[in-house]
Amino acid sequence: MNLKHILTASSIAVIVAGPALAENVLRWTSQGDALTLDPHSQNESPTIAMNGQLYESLVTRDADLNLHPELAESWSVDADGWTFNLRKGVKFHDGADFTAEDVAFSFERARHEASDYKEQIKSITEVKVIDAHTIILVTDGPNPILPNQLTSLYIMDKGWAEANDVIAPQNFKAQEENFAVRNANGTGPFTLVSRAPDEKTVMARNANWWGNGKFPGNVDRIEYRPITNAATRVAALLSGEVDFVLDPPLQDLKRIEATDGLSVKTAAQIRTIFFGMDQSVEKLRSSNAETNPFKDIRVREAFNLAIDRQAIKRVVMEDLAFPTSMITSPGVLGNTPENDPAVTHDVAKAKTLLAEAGYPDGFTVQLDCPNNRYNNDEKICQAAVSMLAKVGVTVNLDALPKSQHFPKIQKRETDFYMLGWGVPTLDSHYVFAYLLDAAGSWNAAGYNNARVNELTAAMATEIDLDKRTAMINEAWTLVQADMPYVPIHHQVLAWGLASTVDIPIAADDAFRPRYAVMQ
Amino acid sequence: MLSFIMKRLAQSLLVMAIVSAVSFSLFNFVGDPVNNMVGQDATREQRVEIRQQLGLDDPIPTQYTRFIGNMLKADFGLSYRIKRPVDDLILERLPATLELVFVSAIISLFLGITLGIYTGIRRNSWSSRIILSSSLAGVSLPTFVIGIALIYLFAVHLRWLPSSGRSGTVDFGWWKTSLLTLDGWRSIVLPAVTLSLFQLTLILRLVRAEMLEVMRTDFIKFARARGLTERAINFRHALRNTLVPVITIIGLNIGGLIAFSVVTETVFQWPGTGLMFIQAVDFVDVPIMAAYLVLVALLFVIINLFVDILYFVVDPRIRLGG
Repeated sequence: MNLKHILTASSIAVIVAGPALAENVLRWTSQGDALTLDPHSQNESPTIAMNGQLYESLVTRDADLNLHPELAESWSVDADGWTFNLRKGVKFHDGADFTAEDVAFSFERARHEASDYKEQIKSITEVKVIDAHTIILVTDGPNPILPNQLTSLYIMDKGWAEANDVIAPQNFKAQEENFAVRNANGTGPFTLVSRAPDEKTVMARNANWWGNGKFPGNVDRIEYRPITNAATRVAALLSGEVDFVLDPPLQDLKRIEATDGLSVKTAAQIRTIFFGMDQSVEKLRSSNAETNPFKDIRVREAFNLAIDRQAIKRVVMEDLAFPTSMITSPGVLGNTPENDPAVTHDVAKAKTLLAEAGYPDGFTVQLDCPNNRYNNDEKICQAAVSMLAKVGVTVNLDALPKSQHFPKIQKRETDFYMLGWGVPTLDSHYVFAYLLDAAGSWNAAGYNNARVNELTAAMATEIDLDKRTAMINEAWTLVQADMPYVPIHHQVLAWGLASTVDIPIAADDAFRPRYAVMQ
Repeated sequence: MLSFIMKRLAQSLLVMAIVSAVSFSLFNFVGDPVNNMVGQDATREQRVEIRQQLGLDDPIPTQYTRFIGNMLKADFGLSYRIKRPVDDLILERLPATLELVFVSAIISLFLGITLGIYTGIRRNSWSSRIILSSSLAGVSLPTFVIGIALIYLFAVHLRWLPSSGRSGTVDFGWWKTSLLTLDGWRSIVLPAVTLSLFQLTLILRLVRAEMLEVMRTDFIKFARARGLTERAINFRHALRNTLVPVITIIGLNIGGLIAFSVVTETVFQWPGTGLMFIQAVDFVDVPIMAAYLVLVALLFVIINLFVDILYFVVDPRIRLGG
């Protein structure tokens, strides 16, 4: 055999072995696995993010959270509702065609009694199939932000769901596992190879995906393994066993950055941490004050002035926080410099205000705080306790696990509490509807301003964008004057990555593999 | 004999009932699962409705009776968190825990007895002193610290072993084993060593103390006087007599290994029942928590029952007294 033959033989070997060698396997981890692969059963961020790799919605967001067409190519709004023109030639993983019937079916399924999305899309009253690739979502009155509400509403194949007896999401009373919990048949960029909940989930690139070639991502295979313990999760990254950790603990970021071949990305998260003060009850449950001090705007202002947000950022958060005076983060419609003025800290003025309000010697109150939900949640509360002590308010801290903390807020059993709020629709209306409207389900502050209630209702149906933005700004101005909450900061989220992987960080903490580039 | 066993069985059942009732009543303090089960969009009415559907607002005795009733039908319900039947989940996770416990029991037995004999015979040598003082670490350091330290040494620094997880498993029907492949052994070494350290120290010190005791007895002196070899004295005569209390302790400690495996499994992301329990507590996944506690109580009761019966067989005094 001469040299030429050897060269030819080895180049053939390279060509044959090439695809296998070049396969890009992305191994990643996070604390909590998706709860289920059933797309309509759990409205929970990690579940939505993982299902979004297998399933698709009509409208989606990129890593910068801008709206993009996904299964719909275009949409328009008129008096009847929203018309969506669906993408043609799309196939589900099992080969079935994607049609308007599947969309209608999926919306019916998401509106089912057992669905966790029925509240999110309650404005939809009917899904009209016009032809195989056109549908109209009829709403009960105009809904200007409907596309924002659809980004996690995934489309299932009607035929697959019927064949596997999963036409409805599993309800709480069920005694048997539903087929869709561990199996998936979407239209998304990845297909499910294997799924062992809490152990390992493997996905492979969908060769028939409509978006192949349209996105920068070059990942061929995803191997996901949840690791509960934070130190072990970081160790897996440091030892090179995973390429990407979604949620490294903040105190380990410096160590990861200092390691060769690893990097950290940080971004402002769409989640604001704040304290709520119950101003609706006549007498506080945990206070020595005769009447409810929080009813007095001067007390609420004093609390806002007493908290030193910059100190919390510096000392408690190791600079990983964005101090704010608004309970809505940047990136959400309504977060403008005017609505989010610079934070102020003024102990002397706070004391004067408390004295004017009739509490020169302060009062006592209990602060309810979670200890396993937000970044450094309990430490923030401890800092707040000492800051409020400086203006004479004695705060007793009750820090509990989230499963005991949140029921207190839900049942309105707390006077003064910590809460964090994310905005999946990226629109202020979501904040007004849940936290500031008098009937809002998370408005445990009992805030009730007639004009704000009116504006909340009006911005839900106003289609004229300029008018609507004006309403949002007016409502925020009223809230800034009333100070029903004590905003602290927007959280920072951090991802740990091997330097061979580039994944654009997204403020909603979702991993979007279609943008992940591996070397 | 039969009446003795029947009596013990009846007592075991009573213990089971009390243990499960007490642990069940503790669930009241763990919090509300509903908040974890629905999105933040859910209305307060929907939350109340789910609580009612799940029977979470019923008085504890009612909930407990319902739970016992279902349990007798071998129905532990569906996990709130991952929506799968709890019995399936436990059956899936149990092999991982049992293999981990098995391997660490072997490690602690083998090393514990060997080092115990060695330090018992050569009680004044330097090596014995080093072994004894370093074994203090095994009892005094918390399991998770040892686990993390081992991970950083062997996985991050030396990169010899994987930091976590259970790989290289082979399926045998419903039993997934990791003891048949190199990968499986590589992943079980660190968690098994971590889990075994406490028991190893215990056995080492027990064997050493017993050896010292036995070596002072008359029959060892007599054996020496007979001119037997050191080897025969140490292993045939001394060791045999130290093993009776050691076996008793080991039997009782297998239950302890299973209980300790909760921490070890969490540190190493070992997919056994202990990790499942921790995740369930975090989510307030009551069906899994209840089933796990009953399972652990059952294991302890069975082990104790066996130990009691063994005593009965081994020690004639109990027979006479009964």
